[in-house]
Amino acid sequence: MSIFEYNGSALIAMVGKNCFAIASDRRLGVQLQTIATDFQRIYKVHDRLFLGLSGLATDAQTLYQRLVFRHKLYQLREERDMKPETFASLVSAILYEKRFGPYFCQPVIAGLGDEDKPFICTMDSIGAKELAKDFVVAGTASESLYGACESMFRPDMEPEDLFETISQALLSSVDRDCLSGWGGHVYVVTPTEVKERILKGRMD
Amino acid sequence: MIHPGLFFVQHIMGDSQYSFSLTTFSPSGKLVQIEHALTAVGSGQTSLGIKAANGVVIATEKKLPSILVDETSVQKIQLLTPNIGVVYSGMGPDFRVLVRKSRKQAEQYHRLYKEPIPVTQLVREIAAVMQEFTQSGGVRPFGVSLLVAGFDDKGPQLYQVDPSGSYFSWKASAMGKNVSNAKTFLEKRYTDDMELDDAVHTSILTLKEGFEGQISSKNIEIGIIGTDKKFRVLTPAEIDDYLAEVE
Repeated sequence: MSIFEYNGSALIAMVGKNCFAIASDRRLGVQLQTIATDFQRIYKVHDRLFLGLSGLATDAQTLYQRLVFRHKLYQLREERDMKPETFASLVSAILYEKRFGPYFCQPVIAGLGDEDKPFICTMDSIGAKELAKDFVVAGTASESLYGACESMFRPDMEPEDLFETISQALLSSVDRDCLSGWGGHVYVVTPTEVKERILKGRMD
Repeated sequence: MIHPGLFFVQHIMGDSQYSFSLTTFSPSGKLVQIEHALTAVGSGQTSLGIKAANGVVIATEKKLPSILVDETSVQKIQLLTPNIGVVYSGMGPDFRVLVRKSRKQAEQYHRLYKEPIPVTQLVREIAAVMQEFTQSGGVRPFGVSLLVAGFDDKGPQLYQVDPSGSYFSWKASAMGKNVSNAKTFLEKRYTDDMELDDAVHTSILTLKEGFEGQISSKNIEIGIIGTDKKFRVLTPAEIDDYLAEVE
């Protein structure tokens, strides 16, 4: 079994009208045994920028610490928050530094840029960026997530609609994957507020 | 037995002048080598810069040692990135070292963030290099002051960086020979709502003030950056046009 599937994970980000949503499951497992059901895979970088890290949990946490470090230094040096595009390039560069011994993570980055333009992207464990206009997925449930998102996604959704869509896509996909699930964690980010919600799904 | 090295140390301490060791403060609290570097700048050719409402202009004298020198081979204004240009007063070779280091810094920033380096960040990096050369062993301070002109998300910007590694943001500034005259002239002429074209005129007039001999497109250089965020050095033909307007 691939090391990317050791802990299990499901991650999505979706773009709406002047807003975005990012969601993950809450399971942390060791292969088929569930260890925790309140695991955090989505991190807030700043008020308008979120980072999800699928894959090996230990690497995800280390990578997150390094990225927070780099972002804090950037904030002090430049006296501003990072743009989502800039942050994505930084993540990509940090991952590629470890080209021949990578972090076993697939990141998902979602943020609001200048003029409240939503930005989402994902990349592989060595930092090859994949930009998308509609949605991005990652983790062990990614195959089912693709299917769910492709049939449910509509462009220019309002925040409430976006929340409903991303939650349904997440919950229906994790039911088709043994390694992820146990509820979900959803953030809906608009220019004025961040709404965080915990979902209950099939808790088994 | 006295160690031979001790003699040597005592010998140097004996005729201490404070001016040889770069990193030794004189009793009055000055680092004399840095003061000498500033003297080198002060006797260099005049350079100046003006920040206009919609751009920045930097200009400099280009006096050549002999009429036999091919003036097209001398470029005192250089680009660091497409949207940042720089000019110096002081020692030409030292300037080239700084240009090379600055371009490398700018490129490294671009490689990491896929975004052009902000003017303030590049200026800080250049200043850090210049500071390092006031505190390291086996080196001397740079014999140049720089004027860095750029245009980024924060608008038009003009910075001066000195050999000590200190830097300032200016609305208009001058350095090199005749600094005080040039600065007084700029203080009289500067307005906040100045357009780029007016700033070019003012810069030519300021250079003309302290100029020995006849000013021409061959013995001055002008670099401008406007709202297009593309820094460029004016061609002699363009300078001639401006000179005609000034007269």
